[in-house]
Amino acid sequence: MAVPLSLRVNGKAITADVAPDTLLVSFIRESLRLTGTHVGCDTGQCGACTVHVNGRAVKSCNVLAAQMQGAEVTTIEGITPADGSMHPMQAAFKTCHGLQCGFCTPGMVMSAIDLVTHWPHGNEKEIREGLEGNFCRCTGYQNIVKAVALGAQAMGK
Amino acid sequence: MNDPKAGFIGRAVERKEDYRFLTGAGQYTDDVTLPNQSYGYFLRSPHAHAKIRSISTAAAAKAPGVLGIYTGKDFSSIGGLPCGWLINSIDGTPMKEPKHAVIAADKARYVGDQVALVVAETLAQAKAAANMIDVDYQVLDPVVETATAAKSKIAVHDIAPDNVCYTWGCGDKAATDAAFARAAHVTRLEFVNNRLIPNAIEPRAANAMYTRHDDSYTLYVASQNPHVERLLMTAFVLGLPEHKVRVIAPDVGGGFGSKIYLYAEETALVWASKKVGRPIKWAAERSESFLSDAHGRDHVTKAELALDRDGKFIALRVHTTANMGAYLSTFASCIPTILYATLLAGQYVTPAIYCEVQAVFTNTAPVDAYRGAGRPEATYVVERIVETAARELKMDPAELRRKNFIRAFPYATPVGLTYDTGDYEATLQRVQQVADIKGYAARKAASAGKGLLRGIGYACYIEACGLAPSNIAGALGARAGLFEAGEVRVHPTGKVTVFTGSHSHGQGHETTFAQVVADRLGIGLDDVDIQHGDTGKVLFGMGTYGSRSLAVGGTAIVKAVDKVIAKGKKIAAHLLEASEGDIEFANGEFRVAGTDRRKTFAEIALTAYVPHNYPLDKLEPGLNENAFYDPTNFTYPAGSYVCEVEVDPATGKVTIDRFAASDDFGNVVNPMIVEGQVHGGLAQGIGQALLEGCHYNEDGQLVTGSYMDYAMPRADDLPHFIVNTVKGTPCTHNPLGVKGCGEAGAIGAPAAVMNAVTDALWHLGIRDVPMPVSPYSVWKTMQSAKI
Repeated sequence: MAVPLSLRVNGKAITADVAPDTLLVSFIRESLRLTGTHVGCDTGQCGACTVHVNGRAVKSCNVLAAQMQGAEVTTIEGITPADGSMHPMQAAFKTCHGLQCGFCTPGMVMSAIDLVTHWPHGNEKEIREGLEGNFCRCTGYQNIVKAVALGAQAMGK
Repeated sequence: MNDPKAGFIGRAVERKEDYRFLTGAGQYTDDVTLPNQSYGYFLRSPHAHAKIRSISTAAAAKAPGVLGIYTGKDFSSIGGLPCGWLINSIDGTPMKEPKHAVIAADKARYVGDQVALVVAETLAQAKAAANMIDVDYQVLDPVVETATAAKSKIAVHDIAPDNVCYTWGCGDKAATDAAFARAAHVTRLEFVNNRLIPNAIEPRAANAMYTRHDDSYTLYVASQNPHVERLLMTAFVLGLPEHKVRVIAPDVGGGFGSKIYLYAEETALVWASKKVGRPIKWAAERSESFLSDAHGRDHVTKAELALDRDGKFIALRVHTTANMGAYLSTFASCIPTILYATLLAGQYVTPAIYCEVQAVFTNTAPVDAYRGAGRPEATYVVERIVETAARELKMDPAELRRKNFIRAFPYATPVGLTYDTGDYEATLQRVQQVADIKGYAARKAASAGKGLLRGIGYACYIEACGLAPSNIAGALGARAGLFEAGEVRVHPTGKVTVFTGSHSHGQGHETTFAQVVADRLGIGLDDVDIQHGDTGKVLFGMGTYGSRSLAVGGTAIVKAVDKVIAKGKKIAAHLLEASEGDIEFANGEFRVAGTDRRKTFAEIALTAYVPHNYPLDKLEPGLNENAFYDPTNFTYPAGSYVCEVEVDPATGKVTIDRFAASDDFGNVVNPMIVEGQVHGGLAQGIGQALLEGCHYNEDGQLVTGSYMDYAMPRADDLPHFIVNTVKGTPCTHNPLGVKGCGEAGAIGAPAAVMNAVTDALWHLGIRDVPMPVSPYSVWKTMQSAKI
């Protein structure tokens, strides 16, 4: 029944046998114990589980682990520098108070990086539209929008 | 940022907790996996109201991986989940308190009511086994509607045949009626305060473990309130020794009220963890959260405001029917009473107020506190009716408010509260300024030119926060104290760990509380660590809700810090060979007044733990102090909000063009965090007005049971908020002068938005539109107005 899977997660080669119905998010959280990626809903709406697959933001609750054959998956842990510093987008969220409880934050940061990488120079309205796929219940989004603009600048976008 | 010289109070310090959240190192309950972990799954009733004739678990029990299946029968000898607040009816009889069984035994009373717990090796196995359980239901007609529940022939509970939990009154009825008899003008409104689902993005979760070696339990749970959770669970439900249960609420992903309560799920897990001898983890799927988290609001209200010839308010009369849902949740009974009717004076001198509240049971999920909890509903009543009165009298709504503002403090309201301080003129003036009221007429004309209807609405809210003076709460029916506890542990190196009974689930306590402590001790911010959310570490706590953490929890910490300083002075006096009275403490140094003889805080700390040269005959070694603080009054944050909307008459779509807020929170420790709290509150308040509404159909099925049906505010649904907090009137009865800021936005925003919407539609004869004002509801109201 199990599907042999080989992929790279945060730059590291992984091989595993996964059940065919295992969601990517379950594989990340439970098999790899990378718990920075969160589950906030069961309908693909909240975006808390957003990771990068081959450089694009993907809701990891909406794809199967078995679909990730040969893929390059990056989670919030993977964009965090090992030296204790932060990715410019992470740093911008801190500077702008773009997070409160922190639960939506990893998914929000992963979406934000994808957004500014592929649609640089967004104005406030465009950033708000670009974040449509991620819920935040704490911040009212205003400081997140500010953070995304600042993060984009810091990333040279 | 870490340098104590400039002080830390009032500084927009970046948050200490952010690094872990931003890098995926946060640890939420579902991130905790224990050795030998098993998984729990709850089978829930698909019916709103049904007799459980029998449950057959035989086949399920044989399914692969199953470790145990528990039904209502297994819990029959165990207590029900208690309600923490007794409300007495007007006739003196106590509220009806039907048993809230941990697992429903005889009857399921709402869609989502738990009927069985399945524990298995994996979650998938637990779910598969749950599918094999055969429940023989006799489906009954449900009671669904708030307004008609008391007239229904069906009873949710036998002990409340008319579905009435209580009928409670507040204020002077005779004086109110008399004032209405002589009123020059009476404004009347009827409206619904729409039912909401809190939707913290982290779903509720729990992981319970029994440890044989010391016969103890450990519960990880997404809770705002770990000590109270433990107290209620052990003393009232499971009968376990309180000291043998450790409750840990690690990082918690938002609460907004919904994680204050003791829920059935974690209680069942703790109980079952000993039966199966394995830790059991359960995390709600979002669909379960929709069904089983305590919901908020759900009031049906008739309000009348009496004014004299000069436009002065002379009386307010309110009747509210409040939905409790199927069972009384932990604080359910006090929300539409103690936290609602007592706020009906608002910011105004209204000499006579009377409010009657009928609380009803229905076959819906329990309803309890949701951000603001009673106070948004009160503000909605007051601010909608004041604005409507102004329009009826063709007065400027701001001027009518000004005419009636309370201007002398302290002020005792006719509904039981005494406001210690406030300046309502200051926030109204400020908001008018930042909202550019002067430019409104031109903007309205410009909208008209585009075929759009522009409206403007105010809301001047007040809240009672800093919950609460225990003696007052007790006299009003609270079954608990509402103080807070704190401990300041100074280490030999002068580093400090603070333990607080408050619980942070987004509010940034690890930063704000550290600012308070570092400022008072004159040490670096990095030298202070805040610990919370663990009954095994923290001495006691009443948790976080009601905008109480800094005002009550922060004050307990300040008191403990002051005890540390007092003891430090004794040690310093000994070392400096001076009398204790001559020792001053400032900027992190103990100094003999008027000299340069001094010892640093760290030197005193070291001496306390290495007491070689120490007055051991008079003073214990060590530097570690506790304090409990019980407030003497509530705090009264207040503010003024202005909303401007454009309504498209062709589609009914409402767009918020601008939203401005000016709040008085007293003193502010971290303005960045405070502004963030206001943003979040506004988003939830605007969400209530424009987007969010929980809807059950006539069968009691939750129609809005997913994010595809329940409209959560997204980034592009919300305007750019203009938030301009005034310097404020410091609270007079806590040492920090703080009032609390967590709920304000959610309290003031709905009325401001709805006053703007109804202003835009006033000329059509429209007085109210039901929230949420979806394009459909606006369009429908407009169509019926035209007929």
